[in-house]
Amino acid sequence: MTAATGVAPMVRAEQVHKWYGRFEVLKGIDLEVAPREVMCIVGPSGSGKSTFLRCINHLERIHGGRLWVDGELVGYRQRGDKLYEMRDKEVARQRLDIGMVFQRFNLFPHMTAIQNVMEAPVRAKGEAKEAVRDRAQALLDRVGLGDRGNSYPSQLSGGQQQRVAIARALCMQPKLMLFDEPTSALDPELVGEVLDVMRQLADSGMTMIVVTHEMGFAREVGDSLVFMDDGLIVEAGDPREVLTNPQHERTKAFLSKVL
Amino acid sequence: MSAAGPEAPARTQPPEPIKAIPVRHPGRWVTMAVIAVLAAMAVNSLVTNPNWQWSFQWENAFAPPVLRGVVTTLWLTAASMILGVALGVVLAVMRLSPNPILSGAAWFYVWVFRGTPVLVQLVIWGNLNSLYRQISLGVPFGPEWFTFETRDLIPPVAAALLGLALNEAAYMSEIIRAGILSVDEGQGEAASALGMSRMQTLRRIVLPQAMRVVVPPTGNETISMLKTTSLVAYVPYVELFFQTSAIGSRTFQPFPMLITASLWYLAMTSVLMVGQYYIERYYARGSVRTLPPTPIQKLKMRFGWGEPA
Repeated sequence: MTAATGVAPMVRAEQVHKWYGRFEVLKGIDLEVAPREVMCIVGPSGSGKSTFLRCINHLERIHGGRLWVDGELVGYRQRGDKLYEMRDKEVARQRLDIGMVFQRFNLFPHMTAIQNVMEAPVRAKGEAKEAVRDRAQALLDRVGLGDRGNSYPSQLSGGQQQRVAIARALCMQPKLMLFDEPTSALDPELVGEVLDVMRQLADSGMTMIVVTHEMGFAREVGDSLVFMDDGLIVEAGDPREVLTNPQHERTKAFLSKVL
Repeated sequence: MSAAGPEAPARTQPPEPIKAIPVRHPGRWVTMAVIAVLAAMAVNSLVTNPNWQWSFQWENAFAPPVLRGVVTTLWLTAASMILGVALGVVLAVMRLSPNPILSGAAWFYVWVFRGTPVLVQLVIWGNLNSLYRQISLGVPFGPEWFTFETRDLIPPVAAALLGLALNEAAYMSEIIRAGILSVDEGQGEAASALGMSRMQTLRRIVLPQAMRVVVPPTGNETISMLKTTSLVAYVPYVELFFQTSAIGSRTFQPFPMLITASLWYLAMTSVLMVGQYYIERYYARGSVRTLPPTPIQKLKMRFGWGEPA
């Protein structure tokens, strides 16, 4: 958490709680992500890191605390000290600015790569098709798939699919990108191509929150690292610090298993 | 596997292709013989038994009333399927809605229309004017704004269409609901995360993928509908079956005319099956890497008429 003084945070979480029935997944998450920051969240499975990420674009509802993206409360409107649930439409509008990349890519299988990239800008934002097509093609070029625009997802490798998924999220011109274990479903030799694209994106100044098991990526690209366990942030700070010199026992135990 | 020596041995020449004696299938020859004999017996009896009345059937199969009946059957099938599918989509979406009133109403609709015989439903629609002389639009127990004679509002054609379509919608809604549920949850999530609305997600992302699961049973329903249209005789409304039966009773030859009707239904079913094949192919795009060739493409390839796909 870079305590960037004077800069309004892109994401701010205050005591975020969430339950699945009686099970408390998130037990009070506090964090801030500054604009242009790349934050990596690591931790054992079941620690709540993916759940927290999904709360940021309101795919999951939070049950306690507050969560802001770019100064706007996520999923709720506050008037006085009363909270009002947002309508689906308002939630959808909030999500226009937040890109998300999933572990299992979730490309639309009945659409070609370029149709996947163009779908949301045209339908959800109502942009002109021609303009979007140029932008989509440029993005496919950028992720190294300029010549695969007419391929269906099933004709692409996992790494290629994930790169299309990144291009799809970027085509919405988001302020913030969320990555939910983007390389976990990939064959080992395909991980690099996706990480390269993400590195490029980080260099271009995108604000990114990355839930990952790629410690190398966290160390080299991340500005900050958060270690979560059991629904809580156990340790946070500069990734090089945390990874080489963890302070907390649980962090040490986790890192000894994955490094 | 690298070789034992410091250098891998250079490949000199490819190994000889395997020449093996293929597995014999004597069972296939036996079954072929048995089936050929049975088929010959069947054909023989069809041709030689005069009771089939082929020439009588041939004379009447293309009589103008029968042809008109064929046309009616076809459009009635198409129209009630289109209405049934459209209403079925609405019902399926209602049923899956988080709104308990909507899903409850959809459940109730399916319960009633799927749970009662379509024959009864057709009779009720056809005879609604004996249940209600007039149909009025207004406030319940309050003033009425418009009043119609039921007979004018629901002529037999409308009764036939209503009966078939409303019944079909109940079945279609369950088929479509199954299709929607078959689509991976991640698809809806991805669309939501991109800021697409619930309706956009449904129309652009979920339904097109549901179609793969929906099309085969819908083909089934269409073929079933083709023959269910014969029940609209109870409305009463005139279509193929009505016409062939009329000829059958007028000429005291009801049985051959039943066969004539069946052959017409069989012919129409065959055409529908071809249509279904191509619709399934269309919705398979993206879910299989390369589409298998169509029968026509296969023929072309076998005889070298076109370039291989």
